[in-house]
Amino acid sequence: MKAEEFLNLLASAGYNFFTGVPCSLIGDVILLLEKEPRFTYMPAVREDVAVGLAAGAYLGGKVPCVLMQNSGLGQCLNALTSLNLVYKIPCLLIVTWRGYKGKDAPEHLVMGKACAKVLKCVALPYKKLTPKNVAKSIKWSRKITSKKQIPVALFLPKGVLQ
Amino acid sequence: MKTTAVLKCVMETLRDEFVVAANGRISRDAFTLKDRSQNFYMIGSMGLASSIALGLAVTQPQCKVVILDGDGNVLMNLGGLPQIGELLPPNIIHIVLDNETYGSTGNQATISRKIYLEKIAQASGYLLSEKVTEEGAFKHALEKFLDAQGPSFLLVKVEAEEEPKGLPRVSHSPIFIRDRFMEAIKNIGICRMNISFGS
Repeated sequence: MKAEEFLNLLASAGYNFFTGVPCSLIGDVILLLEKEPRFTYMPAVREDVAVGLAAGAYLGGKVPCVLMQNSGLGQCLNALTSLNLVYKIPCLLIVTWRGYKGKDAPEHLVMGKACAKVLKCVALPYKKLTPKNVAKSIKWSRKITSKKQIPVALFLPKGVLQ
Repeated sequence: MKTTAVLKCVMETLRDEFVVAANGRISRDAFTLKDRSQNFYMIGSMGLASSIALGLAVTQPQCKVVILDGDGNVLMNLGGLPQIGELLPPNIIHIVLDNETYGSTGNQATISRKIYLEKIAQASGYLLSEKVTEEGAFKHALEKFLDAQGPSFLLVKVEAEEEPKGLPRVSHSPIFIRDRFMEAIKNIGICRMNISFGS
């Protein structure tokens, strides 16, 4: 799938405030967010700051989406657990899955193995994106964020986006 | 100056500004002094008051947003300052009560005794940044900052002191705080819309 199609799916699901920290797997997505005036994108200095910005935007009436690499999950775990989960402040987390199936640079392998379990531990719902389930998963995420009002993650391994 | 006296003055001076209050003593004090629907009391997520406020300020540019922060919080998320400076939202007033300690955990030292947070804010792009150490200057600065175009940063040096005995926790549930806050934002939107349609 191309970056533009991916963003169109997110936008048509209702996500209208984007922030995050880049990963090469979503490099084109973020470049497009920066370029296209129809998107609101705030580059964040760190993943927990992105989650904080998204929370503020939600309080102000937006439907936020945070993009990050899975290395950033640890960085923002406290924000997710002590802000989003207790106040019921939802956001969609698009989390690139570096170290998926143990194939990646050494710094990605530990989190690559643990990232889904980490979310399970704190009871955050997630799905793994595949080339075939992107549209369906984005719709699912919107259901969770609007009904349960908690964050939800879509893990994005290599090969789903072009 | 004493933390409670500074916060009392802030809470009494505020009009319809929205407040994001940092976790710990600052939220508890603000809650006890003047609970209002426009207050968002952060109970966890230390460091993120400035980021939450920024997300709100850019989304609702018609709302003035006051951040009640502490030195420990600011130091924990220093990146939050240039994040604000880069976007220059005119509706952010960042007030930092600096007691040079982690007050809510028993006054262990932070590093703000030797670090000039107001200069970091200035270098981060805040349009206005001042440090005040006594009451007269603080009151004067507060009035000025509430009217001035932001983002502005007011560092208020306060005494490190024992937390007042019996200072209650925020008794509202987090979800109540969220709903009430969001409702207040909606109402200000409706109110402003009526004014603009009427004129």
